[in-house]
This record gives sequence, structure tokens and C-alpha cells, in this order.
Amino acid sequence: MSEEKKPEKKVQRRDFIFTASYALGAVGVGAAVWPLIDQMNPDRSVKALASTEVDVSSLEPGKSITVLWRGKPVFIKRRTQEEIQEARNVNLDELPHPEKDEDRTKNPEWLVMLGICTHLGCVPLGDKGEYNGWFCPCHGSHYDTSGRIRKGPAPTNLEVPKYEFVNSNTIKIG
Amino acid sequence: MSDHNYVPSSKLGKWFNDRLPLLTLADHLKQYPTPKNLNYWWTFGGILTFCLITQIITGIVLGMHYVAHADLAFDSVEHIMRDVNYGWLIRYVHANGASMFFLAVYIHIFRSLYYGSYKAPREVIWIIGMIIYLLMMMTAFMGYVLPWGQMSFWGATVITNLFSAVPFFGEGITNWLWGGYSVDNPTLTRFFSLHYLLPFLILGLVILHIWALHVPGNNNPIGIDLKKPSKDTVPFHPYIVIKDLFALLLFLIVFAFFVFYSPNILGHSDNYIEANPLVTPAHIVPEWYLLPFYAILRSVPDKLLGVIAMFASIFILVILPWLDTSKVRSAIFRPIYKQLYWILVLDVLILGYMGAMPAEGIYLLIARVATVYYFVHFLVILPLLGKREKTLSIPVSITEPVLGGSPSPEAVRERKEFS
Repeated sequence: MSEEKKPEKKVQRRDFIFTASYALGAVGVGAAVWPLIDQMNPDRSVKALASTEVDVSSLEPGKSITVLWRGKPVFIKRRTQEEIQEARNVNLDELPHPEKDEDRTKNPEWLVMLGICTHLGCVPLGDKGEYNGWFCPCHGSHYDTSGRIRKGPAPTNLEVPKYEFVNSNTIKIG
Repeated sequence: MSDHNYVPSSKLGKWFNDRLPLLTLADHLKQYPTPKNLNYWWTFGGILTFCLITQIITGIVLGMHYVAHADLAFDSVEHIMRDVNYGWLIRYVHANGASMFFLAVYIHIFRSLYYGSYKAPREVIWIIGMIIYLLMMMTAFMGYVLPWGQMSFWGATVITNLFSAVPFFGEGITNWLWGGYSVDNPTLTRFFSLHYLLPFLILGLVILHIWALHVPGNNNPIGIDLKKPSKDTVPFHPYIVIKDLFALLLFLIVFAFFVFYSPNILGHSDNYIEANPLVTPAHIVPEWYLLPFYAILRSVPDKLLGVIAMFASIFILVILPWLDTSKVRSAIFRPIYKQLYWILVLDVLILGYMGAMPAEGIYLLIARVATVYYFVHFLVILPLLGKREKTLSIPVSITEPVLGGSPSPEAVRERKEFS
């Protein structure tokens, strides 16, 4: 292109063609790249296993079981009356992450929560620690009988997953 | 080659470029002088680079979901097809991408044969290209084994058994290749490992291929040596970049047609049956791109000689720069070679067709004639033709035939502003 014929900057048909081609090219590249990214998301065979039903009829008061849900441990504890009272009598101001025990359970007797320490993901041990609940051996977090963090580095209470009672003996998690 | 006195405009660019001259390299690629008469047959280098990168990316993705185990491989491929998000698309792109890769490489090789691109001073480019082609065939073969269907299994059995033709050591070699006494799990896992490795070797060789190309520069349709840069050349960017992109777009239409409308037409339906070591399919055929070599293998009645003939048919391509004695590169100026070239194309297509047919009766006879002709073309005709052929007169520059006679100073001046 010769120097002397350079016109002042003005939107021309060619600018439109450039913009349109770049835009179409970007859409095309995006459409090609998306499947390559989405393939790493959970696939259909994984999603098919997204909920788990647990039969809890044989669980005695004071005992707990650990079940696997989406590859993660879930604690199901049938609490005794003392444990329920202990959890409900706590002054919320003492808690690093204040939550009422009533909000963490659907039925006060049954505590269902993810068995994953909110610090760095270890599995806490049951009936241990200074608050008669759970104790994480990795970095010393103490949880109470409602699974709330009381002492140690964990920032939040043990997470309560979505669950429901299918009937009085069966809990469906997820 | 353009000289490398490129100085980046920014201070940071200059600082970096003094330590690692990547910007000089980028500038070289941009300015790289290309003959201005390159036609669309020259766009397949770019298309092949695209194919290689597509295969590597989709392959890495498939490797995230595939399980290399004789009991699990077949199911894991079906898992990819049914469960994995867009797994069907990624696998179909990878499987058909292999065919597209070979389609492009055959066009690329036959372009080289027509325009004499393998001749001095480009022999090393050609030889590296042939090594790439050989690695491509190995990679494609091992990739075809991975789904562990019937064709995978029996294809692997037949091809690895080729080595049993080796005298004395045959059995030892095949057992070594298999990691056992037949194609089984150890064979599958090592094929997966090598199938993952070889494409990166190909990538490295492609870089050498391009490097070797940039020393003498591109050949061109009239096959003459050019002064670079000169009136006969244009910079790679934007001229060739745009042309390559446009050709790639057309190529992608063909690619997309196969992926979306007939993704299994180039494969064999028997490969959707899980591998069974007790039952051989009635009719074993390799993938279409290996058929000519398969035909050569079967047309020789002796086991060892058949294997030798097949490997020789590839090896004579490596020494082609010394078999073709003609000093004239482009077939445009070689009236007899031009006809023989098309006969060779036909011969290879016939071989490919015969490779897909049962090895009996008339098919076998035709395959034998075509095999003999293939070797005669390279070993007898080309060495003699180069000495005898009366070639047409060759223009001194690309511009000459267009402007008529030697470029007049006026015409040159007139066109200067456009170049």
C-alpha cells in the first residue's frame, strides 16, 4: 500500500468485514474449545450416582455409621438425649460459626453431615475431642455433638448435605 | 532466508530478545519470503500441522477417560461414547482426524512428487518427511489397536506377525513385541504408551522439517531457484497465512462432514465387537490409508519376501532424491514424467483398491502387476528417464512468463508499489 494515498481514519466496508470475520472466528474457536473443557466435568455415569439411600433401622442410640456418598464419607449419628441437650444448651456467642442445632437437623435424634473436616479435608474421628463430638487428627480441630467447630483451625462447622427421610428407617442423601 | 537484524520496538521486547531471540524467530516466520506462485497444493503443510495438533489435543483428552487394560479398554471406549461430556465428538474427531491426517499427507507427498520438491537442495526435508510418514503409520496402527475390538486385535496380530518372517529370530522378536505368546494385555499397555509418545516425536520432527525448509526456502510450481527476497517472493504473513487459513477452512468442511454425517464410514463395523482371541473375523482389512502397502505384502507369494517388499516400497521413497536423475524439478517441464506421474497415482490407487479386496483370482493378479509397476517406476523408469527426457525450456523467473520476455524496467517500476 502506498504512503501518499493513506486516507483519514474512517469506518469502511473493510473494517466491517474484519470485525465480522474475527467475531465469527471467535465463535467458532469457542464452540470447538468448549467440548474440550466440558469433558472434564462430571459425566453422566457419575451424575447417575449422585444420591445414596441408607437403611438406618439397625442403628442404636449413641452409635453412628459412615456411608459413602459421591465418593465422600457421610456421618449418620443417632444421638442420645444427653447429646441433644448438650448441643442445644450451648450459648451461640461462644461458637466460631454460630448455627443452631435445630437448623442442622431435621429430626433431633438424627445428625447427618459430611465427614470432612472444613480445614483441609481429613476425616474427623468420632466420640473424641474436648466437646464429646468429633476430633480431626490432622490439625486438631474439635467439633461438638452437633458437628460444630469449637476449637482448632477449621473455619466452619461440618457441612450438612441435602438429605430427606424416605420413611422412618431410610435416609436419602443427595 | 531473510537476514536477522530484527530489533524489537519496545524496550522490554529488546531486553527479552537479547536473552532469547523468540521475537526474531517470530519476525523471521512473518517475513519469510515465499514464491508468489504457490498454488493450493502448497497449503497442505499448514493443514497437516493443524491435523497433528488436533490429534494431540483430542488424544490427550481421550487419554483422560480411556483405560489401557484388555478387560476394560473396550468398555472404556463405550463409556467415552455414551457418558463422557462430548466424548462422542472428541473420539470421532480423533478417529476421523487420523484419516484426514493421512489424506492430507498423501496429497502433500504427491505434490512433492509432481513438482520435484524432494530434489537438491531439499533432500533432507524430504527424508525427515518420510520419517514422519513412517512414524505416522506406526502411531495410527497402534492407535487402532487401543479400542480392543475385533479389528484392533486381529490387525495387531497380523501386523506383529510380519516380524515372525525374520529368519531365526522371528519368534523371539514377536514374543518380545507382544510381551507374551500372543497379543494380550502387555501388548495393549505398551501400544498405549507408545501411541502417546510417538506424536510428540512427530512434532519434534515437524519442527526440523520446517527448519530444513526455511534454509533453501519453498520449492514452487515451476520449480526454479529464486532469489530471496525478490520480486518473485511475497512475505509469509499475510499472504500465505490467509491462503493457508482459507484452504484449512475448506478442508475442515470435509473433516466436519465425516465427523458429523458419517463418522464410522472409514472404520470397520467389526471393531464394535469386543476382541476375541478365539474367533478371527472373516475378512481382515487395515485402515484405508495402509491398503496399498497391504496389497504389496499380499501380492508376494513368499512370507519373508512379501514383508521385505512392503518395507522396500516405503524405503525406496527415502532414496528417491537419488533415484530421480533429472535436474528439472517441476513436472510442468517434463512432458513424459508428467504422464508417468499420473500413471503412478493410478497405480497406487489400484493397489489400495486391491488391498481391500480378497487376495484371490483376478484381484491378486492385478495387485501383482501393480506391485511390479510400482517398483519399476522408481527403480528403472526414473533413473533412466532423467537422462533421456527432452524437457521444455524453463523460465528464468516467476515473473517472466507473465510479463513476457525479460522483465522490462518500466514494468518493474510500475508494479513496485504493489509488491
